[in-house]
Amino acid sequence: MRLEYFEMIDRITAVDDNTLTAECKVPGVEGNPVFAGHMPGFPLMPGVLLIETMAQASGWLLLHRLNFTRMPLLASVKEAKLRSFVLPEASLQVEATLVHDGSGYAVTTGRITSNGKKVCEVELTLRALPFPSPDLAAMVRDRARSLGLTVPEPA
Amino acid sequence: MASAFDRIADLIAETSDVPREKITPDSHVINDLGIDSLDFLDIVFAIDKEFGIKVPVEAWTQEVNAGRAPAENFFVMKNLAIRVEELVAAKQAPSG
Repeated sequence: MRLEYFEMIDRITAVDDNTLTAECKVPGVEGNPVFAGHMPGFPLMPGVLLIETMAQASGWLLLHRLNFTRMPLLASVKEAKLRSFVLPEASLQVEATLVHDGSGYAVTTGRITSNGKKVCEVELTLRALPFPSPDLAAMVRDRARSLGLTVPEPA
Repeated sequence: MASAFDRIADLIAETSDVPREKITPDSHVINDLGIDSLDFLDIVFAIDKEFGIKVPVEAWTQEVNAGRAPAENFFVMKNLAIRVEELVAAKQAPSG
C-alpha cells in the first residue's frame, strides 16, 4: 500500500466474474504522512482508507468484468462496519463480490480480514462511465497488469 | 398482488424521502418527485431486485438524448410501471 498515493491494493490473487481477492500490506509508521496525522502517538489505518481499499477491490472486479472498457467510480457507501483497528505493517486480505450487475452501475460487497480476523465490510454502489481520457485508460491498464490482472488489448 | 405502479411507488417511498402519498401515476420521477441521480440509482437497484429484471436505464437515456423518445415514456410513473411490466413479461416469455 502507498496510502498517500491511494495505491491500496498490492496484489490481486484471484478473480472471476463474481469475486476478486487481493492482498495488501499496511506501511510502517516511519516517514508516513498519513500516520503522522492519524494519529500522533497512536498510528491507526484510517477507516475511510479501509473503505477506499474495498472500493478499489470492487473497481478492479468491475474493470475485469467490463474488459476495461469503462471506468467504475464510487457512488455510494452503505452498511460500513469497521470492526477492529488496523495497525501499521498489518497484512490484509481483501475480497470484493458482485451483488448486482445493473445498467450503468453495479452493487458489490467488500470485506477485509487480517490473519483470519474480520476487520471490516461494506456494501458499495459504483457507476460505470466512459473513461474520461485515453491517458487514464492506459494508466489503469498498466496498473492492472502490475497487480496481476490479465488485461485485453484495446479494441 | 399489488400493481407494478404501487410496488414501484412503495419502493420509491422506502428508498428516498418522498412521501408515498405524493407519488401519483402522473408524477415525473425526476421533475415532480425531486429524486436526484444517486437516489434514482438506489431506486433502480430496488426495482431490479423486486422484479428480477435489469432496468435498461442507459438505453433509455440514450433514446431520450438522441430524440428518439420523450423522457416521459420512461420517467413518468405510470409509464415507468408499463416499461417494468414489459421487462418482466419479456423475461418470462419463452426464448427461441
